[in-house]
Amino acid sequence: MSFSKVLLAAPLAIAATAGSALAQEAMTLDQRVNETFASLTGPFVNLIFAPFPGTSFPWIVMWLVVAATVFTLYFGFVQFRYFKHAISLVKGDYSDPKDAGEVSHFQALATALSGTVGLGNIAGVAVAIGIGGPGATFWMILAGLLGMASKFTECTLGVKYRNEYPDGTVSGGPMYYISKGFKELGLPGGKVLAVMFSIFCILGALGGGNMFQANQAHAQLTGIFGEFPGWITGIVFAVIVFAVIAGGVKSIARVTEKVVPFMALMYVGAALIILVINYDLIGWAFGQIFEGAFTGLGVAGGFVGALIQGFKRAAFSNEAGVGSAAIAHSAVRTNEPITEGFVSLLEPLIDTVVICTMTALVIIISGQLLIDQETGLYMVEGGKIATVGGTSGVGLTSAAFASGISWFPYVLAVAVILFAFSTMISWSYYGLKSWTYLFGEGKTTELVFKIIFCIFIVIGAAASLGPVIDFSDAAIFAMAVVNIFALYFLMKVVKAELVSYTTRLKSGEIKKFTQ
Amino acid sequence: MTTKLVIGMDGHQSGGRAVDYAKRLAELIGDCELIVAYVIEWSPFSFQTAEENEQRHKRREEEIATAMERVVDPTVKALSEAGFKARGVVRHGDVAETLNAISKSEGAEQIIVSRASDGGFANRIFGSATSNLVMSASVPVTVVNQGDEK
Repeated sequence: MSFSKVLLAAPLAIAATAGSALAQEAMTLDQRVNETFASLTGPFVNLIFAPFPGTSFPWIVMWLVVAATVFTLYFGFVQFRYFKHAISLVKGDYSDPKDAGEVSHFQALATALSGTVGLGNIAGVAVAIGIGGPGATFWMILAGLLGMASKFTECTLGVKYRNEYPDGTVSGGPMYYISKGFKELGLPGGKVLAVMFSIFCILGALGGGNMFQANQAHAQLTGIFGEFPGWITGIVFAVIVFAVIAGGVKSIARVTEKVVPFMALMYVGAALIILVINYDLIGWAFGQIFEGAFTGLGVAGGFVGALIQGFKRAAFSNEAGVGSAAIAHSAVRTNEPITEGFVSLLEPLIDTVVICTMTALVIIISGQLLIDQETGLYMVEGGKIATVGGTSGVGLTSAAFASGISWFPYVLAVAVILFAFSTMISWSYYGLKSWTYLFGEGKTTELVFKIIFCIFIVIGAAASLGPVIDFSDAAIFAMAVVNIFALYFLMKVVKAELVSYTTRLKSGEIKKFTQ
Repeated sequence: MTTKLVIGMDGHQSGGRAVDYAKRLAELIGDCELIVAYVIEWSPFSFQTAEENEQRHKRREEEIATAMERVVDPTVKALSEAGFKARGVVRHGDVAETLNAISKSEGAEQIIVSRASDGGFANRIFGSATSNLVMSASVPVTVVNQGDEK
């Protein structure tokens, strides 16, 4: 056992030993939490994922894809036409040097990405491929590309309708653009929708932004150190997160914010190394992706099953149409809200089209998914593709990387924990913004939310994957229900901004500051 | 025509030597304006939390006010009292790039800085702000040594 492993294992082993006397009781506690959680969230989950009558296609998936397609067409494929301009904006070519010291486009993008790049890219993709097969990757990439238009729409509005307070701080996001935008257009119900969004955002923050993260971080730890009760991981995480969000221990957050981008680069780097080593299989892997996209290659539900999984995971990973990124992007300093829209469309590209595809290719190439040699189809057991060692979720990704780089699971464990932590910090902020929108700003109200948030970390780590992942998805997709409904009414505002800006860009009125 | 000289302040004692040298130059030149510049090191490519972003504008204003109050204003005041034409400017950014940008936008003839680098590993690899300025500036740069003050 290496020194670093001993260092990592020691505190957990102590914690596990301390808990061994209570192990029997603890496991029962885990199960109890799990059962209660599943029964409480079941009806909500069922409503969000209800299929169209007579089909197995969840209406919510169609809701997201149709919206992304509508925005793509309405804005004339903005994600492709202004891609180069988005890169220029991130580089700071159009930033006034006099505004130096304010939040740059790059910083707003990086902050939003730290909330989205995380377990969705590692565990979520494994879940999608484990159920929907390699074909899910195709639909995931397509959803990512279309989702760029959704992100563009919501982030433009996030900046346009943000609140700027006298002390210079800002607050933005769907709750603000829905209420202010509807009022400006003379439409009724803006406030009601904004309140609904805020409620779902709080649930999303507690679900996908919290419980899913804690759950998968615990799964990763048990994969390395052996089984121990989830509540131990939960409490450790809860204490650290509480220290950061309520105790003002900013140094932990700062370190994470700096380390996470490097972990993301390292993750992509490791995936590239594995792909280079197995370069002869890349063609075959893409063949599996395309073939699986339209035939399913034997997975449950056929190609529709692959499509549903791909779309679901893409939405969960890049959050396009969900509205969360609009909260993060709204802090940028710009006089042109549309510029942040352009920048934000890079988010689904980086998150889904690049990072998720890397994970998918590594899993496919690794041979972890079992194929029936006679039929060439994937072997399905209980609705999932059978894997070597029966792994799923983050365990499957870990095993896939280990087949190429044996020691990588240890790096992945650290990455998963850091990603989980950084996503939790980001989502605690999104949830808090919604909470303060509903209950007003104030130290006590904010502390109440922060305590609730930390309690859910423990629940998330203790519950089994099924109920947690279902609730995570449901809560996040519920945000998209309200957000996209409002975006249909507000997209003409974005169109006016787009026309105005692009006209001035073409006429030379808007100039680069750097040559 | 008024000659403009940019004095790069670093907030340390050594900045005083750059000011002293600029004063001597200004006396020799005659019609001269001294621009006291202070650059707050900042990168648009750093990583921040959402909460830090939310408060960034407020923090920036505070940083500028503090730099003005502690470094720039006292220097400008002392120069004015000594009979020199002087004004101050505070900017965020890379020290070398920003001092150069200020000198270009002001049409300055020269940048005067003091060498305040303490050495160190990072400076050996990436170069200090002073050496970067000397390498990249588009106007002449005078580096005033710290002398015995170190």
